[in-house]
Amino acid sequence: MDPALHTPPMRDPAWQGRLFWMLALVVVLWPLGVATEFKPWVLLEPDNLKVTRQFLDTFFPLAYDAEFLAMVARETWRTVAMATAGVTLALVVAIPLTLINTRVLSVSALSGRMARGPFWLRQAVRWLLIVLRSIPELVWALVFVRVVGLGPTAGVLAIALTYGGMLGKVYGEILESGETHATETLLRNGSSRLQAFLYGLLPTNAAELTSYTVYRWECAIRSSVVLGFVGAGGLGQQLDNSMKMFNGGEVASMLLVFIALVALADKVSAWLRKALG
Amino acid sequence: MKLDLQALSARHPAARAGVTPAIRQLSLHIAAGEQLAVIGPSGAGKTTLLQVLACALPPSGGTLQVDGLQPWQLPRRSLQRLRGRLFLAPQVPPLPPRQRVVTAVLAGRLPAMGLWQSVRSLFYPADIPAAFDALDRFDLADKLFERVDRLSGGERQRVGLARTLLSPASLWLVDEPLSALDPTRSRQAIGTLVDTARERGATLVATLHQVDVALAHFPRIVGLRDGQLAFDLPAAEVTRERLAALYDQFEHELRGEVPVTPADEVKAPQPVVMHCR
Repeated sequence: MDPALHTPPMRDPAWQGRLFWMLALVVVLWPLGVATEFKPWVLLEPDNLKVTRQFLDTFFPLAYDAEFLAMVARETWRTVAMATAGVTLALVVAIPLTLINTRVLSVSALSGRMARGPFWLRQAVRWLLIVLRSIPELVWALVFVRVVGLGPTAGVLAIALTYGGMLGKVYGEILESGETHATETLLRNGSSRLQAFLYGLLPTNAAELTSYTVYRWECAIRSSVVLGFVGAGGLGQQLDNSMKMFNGGEVASMLLVFIALVALADKVSAWLRKALG
Repeated sequence: MKLDLQALSARHPAARAGVTPAIRQLSLHIAAGEQLAVIGPSGAGKTTLLQVLACALPPSGGTLQVDGLQPWQLPRRSLQRLRGRLFLAPQVPPLPPRQRVVTAVLAGRLPAMGLWQSVRSLFYPADIPAAFDALDRFDLADKLFERVDRLSGGERQRVGLARTLLSPASLWLVDEPLSALDPTRSRQAIGTLVDTARERGATLVATLHQVDVALAHFPRIVGLRDGQLAFDLPAAEVTRERLAALYDQFEHELRGEVPVTPADEVKAPQPVVMHCR
């Protein structure tokens, strides 16, 4: 018997490969850090710490006089309405495009290759979705502010277009990655595409679709802040005003409202998932 | 609905080009209203045969005629309409877990429902009595408003069979309908299928693993081995020698399922074989 076989191994054979990839990661990340002037330690320099502290000090005391709170309530409502209307319009854009785009719902792909006409139609829809979501909502908002004037309408339209593109893409991915047996069987037994969607694909994926939609609504609330900065109304515009007036108390109060809204979206999503799951 | 197969070959869509087809040179004539069972060892091509008959899989050679029509020569729309007149019940019941049983059963009727009616049926089931009656025949009437994921494997399989009774089809293709059922339930389920098909004048083709059930309930037995026709006989003429030859080297699949087996053979319950073909 070979005694060498019984000595415990001195080294992990995978170690060298692991070390190599760790070093490779650093080598790749270094130029990226240089390009972005990534120097987090400047935050901790005494001068900068002082500036930060001064800025945060202005947050207190929070603004809570009745007139301000009434304004916040009104603008919060407007923000929620803007996000909701935007996401609803985005759904109007996304749902038909998803239905065209989903491969699972293709009758010709049931048996072999997809027919040529539907294939190119799918490609076209895919490109449309890319165009819709690759233009940031801020740019759409700047365009629409010029077309429809200052106010929430521009924000709603901007959210609708960008989010329509995002929802269409992710819905398609959710529908394709789920269990498709039920849908395929329905199509094979002669159901139409929409029927197969309603009785097979939708019940299978309802919880995932809903939770993603609620998450997008949450993102729309955050987006509406940025859109407010370019004059699309809502709480974002008030936040911008308060910042320009260096009124830290108002800024902090409004940020708290945003945190509450996001927490609310989180709760709604969890509840919906539970109800549907 | 009558079926005519001439020297038909078919291969699984995922199979590579060089591989022997799952079905080779199969000729078969099935008259309207006939009832036949397809038996044979695992991998004999039973499921592939059903998929070809269901117009789900195009044959790679030979001809298939359904009611005198060649389905793969038809335009896609007519093919889909033809698929609505036949019903393929796959071995694994195609039921979305979150769907209610009543909806899942009524989905069998989709080819006969318009889009509007099928949407309305999601809000209020279109024909509760029909769904109840179909489930009742499989002893599942009390599960009408349960959710599918609350059912056991055997119950799901019977829900899948109950869906067959709702379909407007005149050709029923049932793949291993008994794989998750105990012997008593098996006899009851297959009896229901055979009787109802006879009542409605529907052609019934079932693949079966339980040879004794096939012999007891079906007038005509088709033996399939290695994708080729081993025999095609009235049930009374299927002798033990023929079965032994059909299941040569697959005796474990036959064992304990033929009524008269030598006493010394162990009657071990066979685990459920799940075919992914």
